[in-house]
Formats: sequence, C-alpha cells, structure tokens
Amino acid sequence: MNSVDLSVNVGGLKLKNPVLLASGTVGYGNEISQFTDLSKLGGIVTKSLSLKPRKGNPPQRIVETPSGMLNAIGLANIGVEAFLKEKIPFLKNINTTLICNIAASSIEEYVECTKILTNEDTIKAFEINVSCPNVKEGGLEFGNNVNTVRKITAEVCAVTDKPIIIKLSPNVSQISEFAKAVKAEGGDAVSAINTLVGTSFNIFTRKPKIKNITGGLSGPAIKPVALAKVLEIKRNVDIPIVGIGGIMNWMDAVEMMIVGASAVQLGTVNFINPNAGVEIVEGLISYCEQRSIKKISEISGSFQI
Amino acid sequence: MFIEKAVVRSVEEIAEGIFLLSAHSPSIASIAKAGQFCNIKVSETDFPLLRRPFSIFNIKGDFLFFVFDTHGLGTKILSAKRKNDTLDILGPLGNGFDLTGDYQTAVIVAGGLGVAPFSFLIRSLQDDKEMVSYLGARTKKKIVNLGLKNVSMATDDGSYGFKGNVVDLLKKETLELSKKKFRIFACGPNPMLKELQSLCIKNNYDCQISIECAMACGFGICQGCPIESYEDKNYLLVCKDGPVFNANAVKL
Repeated sequence: MNSVDLSVNVGGLKLKNPVLLASGTVGYGNEISQFTDLSKLGGIVTKSLSLKPRKGNPPQRIVETPSGMLNAIGLANIGVEAFLKEKIPFLKNINTTLICNIAASSIEEYVECTKILTNEDTIKAFEINVSCPNVKEGGLEFGNNVNTVRKITAEVCAVTDKPIIIKLSPNVSQISEFAKAVKAEGGDAVSAINTLVGTSFNIFTRKPKIKNITGGLSGPAIKPVALAKVLEIKRNVDIPIVGIGGIMNWMDAVEMMIVGASAVQLGTVNFINPNAGVEIVEGLISYCEQRSIKKISEISGSFQI
Repeated sequence: MFIEKAVVRSVEEIAEGIFLLSAHSPSIASIAKAGQFCNIKVSETDFPLLRRPFSIFNIKGDFLFFVFDTHGLGTKILSAKRKNDTLDILGPLGNGFDLTGDYQTAVIVAGGLGVAPFSFLIRSLQDDKEMVSYLGARTKKKIVNLGLKNVSMATDDGSYGFKGNVVDLLKKETLELSKKKFRIFACGPNPMLKELQSLCIKNNYDCQISIECAMACGFGICQGCPIESYEDKNYLLVCKDGPVFNANAVKL
C-alpha cells in the first residue's frame, strides 16, 4: 500500500493516479501492453475515433526535429463500429480507466459518435478532439473558432452523462477563452495542449519532409509552450485541466501539475520508452514521499508566483 | 519483445563509412528471427529524440550485430560508441523472412546496405537449400560482403563486377535460376526494390522484400510508417506488418 494517495478527480472522472497515455500514442492499448503494465496507469486515451474508418494521410507522415517530432497521421482509425467490436474486448480487461477520444468532420458526427459510444460501460469519459492540425475538415477549423468549440461542447454534453474533456489547440492567441467557453457550456475538463503546427523542408530537394506539408509538433521541444498554456488556463478559468506536452519523465509531470494540471498525459515519450508511464508513476510516489505530500492532488496548481 | 540495456562489445569500420556493431543483448538475441529489426536509442538525451531502426545483421550466442552507414546524426553517434558503452535496444520487432515452403534455391538480392539482414538469414536457412547472391553497391569501396555465398557483384560505376544495378544483373541470370524452384529474398533502396518487384510480378517469381522506412515507435502505435497494400484498402504499417512483405503485396 502506498503511503501517498495518488488518486485524482478530473471533473468527476476518478483516476487511480494522474498519469494517462495520450491519444494517438497508445493505439487501442494492445501493442503497448507488450512493454508496460497498463493497470498501473491512471488511464489511457484511445486513438481518435470517427464515425467511419479513416485511412489517414499518405506517407511521409512523420519527421524528427530538434528534441521533437512532426506528425501528420491524419486521424487514421478503424471507426466506432469496429472499435466496439474488435477493441473493446481487450480494453475491458486492462484494469485502468478508458477514455475515448473522438474526432469528427462535423458537429453532427461528434454527437453521433458520442451517442453510440456512451452505451459502452468500459468507456468512462470522452476526450473531444477539436484541435487536430492535420485534417482538412474539422480539426483546427473547429479548434480555432471559439463559437464552434462552444457549440460542440454543448451538443456533446447533451447526449452523455459521462465526463467530457475538450482537447484544446495551442494554435490560438488566447487558449483561456476556449477553456471559458467549454466551462460555460457544461464541459467537465479541458486537456491542453494538442500539437503545434510546424513544418520541415529538405534543403536539397526544397520539398516538405512530410507529405501534408505541415504537421503537429510534439515532444520535449514543446514543453515550455504547454506549461505556459496550462498556466494561462489555470489563472483565468476554474476548470480541471489535463496537462499534455513534452512530458518525458516524472519531473516534467510534477512541473505540469504545479502550473495547474490535475492529471497529465504522456505522448511522444511512449514511442521512445513505452514503459515511461509506469516509471513516472513511481517517480511521483518518491517525490511525494520525500516531501511528505499525502495527496498528490495537493500539488495541482500549487505554483508560487 | 524486450527493452534491453545492451552492452557494446565492439564497433568496427568494415567498409568506407560503414560500421559493424556488436552488443550483448541476451534476451533479444534469444528470440529474434532473420529479417526482424531493433529500434535503438543512440543517446541518453532528448537529442536525437527518436530511436533508430536497424535490421538485425546477425546473432551469435548472446550478441546482436548491426551494420550501418553513417549518413545522419544518429548513426554518427552510434559509430562513436565504444566497448562497454550501454545501448537501449527495443526489439526484436516486425515479422522476419518466411523461410518455410517449397523451394530449392534461396536467391539473395541486396543493394548497398540491403545486405543487413542476410548473414542471419543464411544461418537460418536449412542446409538442403542452395544459395546464390546478387550484391549491388555504388562503388567498390562501398561493398559490404559478409558471409554471402556464390556472390555475383554489380557496381553502379563498374569499379567491380557487372557495371549497372543489381536487378539488371539478376535479369541476365534468371534463365539459369529457373531450372530449379527458387525464392528471392531482397533488401535495398526503394528504387531497386521497385524494379525487382515489377520483374517478380511479371514473371510470377516467389519473392520477399524487406523495406526500409522512417518510423518512430517501431511497434505500431505511432502509425508513422504506412505503406499502400494491394490486398487491403487500408494502409499497412512497415514496422508491424513488415518490414518483410511478399513482393506482390505492397505498392512501393
């Protein structure tokens, strides 16, 4: 038994600890489970699901950048129907909280996906992706428009009793305005940040290194941006925040919680160290024990400015 | 599959700018198959951030062997490793070559560092199989020929063997090869594999190709290495569904 209470409550979603694996970096759980014990994590967030399967973008989809990577996967996914049939049986038994990420090309599609998935008991919450930078329809078209985010939040919340987390884009001038809109429409939490729009060119061919031309930047390179965005939300809006962006180790996770996150998500690090989540949970326990912190939730938003 | 802290035993330059690295990695060595690969973290810092995928060149006892060209930052760092340095290796990954089935001759076609998976393959083949190898390189100094048997060489500049590419060399000899049932095992740059693929599809040759592709995770979660399939309307992933495919299964 841990002497530290690691449990957290994110807008009504109870997690055994604050470490989640981020959407798009854990597939539907089966591959990564060969390397790590998912039951030791607070939860996992599925790859974005859409109503119908999506093939995703053609290659080249990824490129490495200094301390980061760009990706333009294009929301490749199997669709809600195949997800329920093929992936839920495995996910039922992982003994950690399952959050479904939903991406869509229209408000109606977000609502439809949520309606279908909310009947599945294994799913404990939804993360609504209004901020994918790599698709033509939906994605940033939605995430950049506060009125659209408002509308999506309201309509999705109306069709489920499960907690709704809206995943926000950092590619806006004031992220806190979006968090305010989510709160006003009954959203339970926000997650921040999705990737930053970036690009990379080959200087010899003068062509973009990824086919989509631009991609989403992730990895340790974006951590300072993520921290600033989470802090901005924390200081301006009273809504639980799931902090995402460049977390590589337990120290990064603590830092993200200090600036305001109730829980954190790990993304790019899963590609490099698929056991990072478990190691970070262990690191958080030692951090708390050494400082006699009884409940990890005490460190959320504990910044001294 | 394992994440193993392997200890480097040696790194030697075996041709111009081409290195052979051996590392003590007993868990991975005990289960790996020919044609599989490992994803190696070359530094302990966030730069370079991602692992680098390398074919398993060979296995001897508890040791893994990798052969690589120093064309980028990751491989430069790897080439500077010394005895007793540790390497973080994730593997073995992907599907290896399928060696089973009805054929008498194994025909190896390798372009440049496409030789990487074949020492291991040769050791894994049953003794009753005959073996012929076609090896191509840009120029004589870049030839890596470790352990191949019955080798015919091609160089782009004609500095050694047949002048031209390795697929043209193979084409000249297919009549002779066709006297027995053969299976081609190939690895090399995409343009070479593409040419080989059209030759094999046209003549209905039994051929398996190992494909190189940039990737992040190496085990299917990042979705960064899609390849178009002839059979499936969805993309396949080079890391998980490959890196070895039947030559008629994927669009190059």
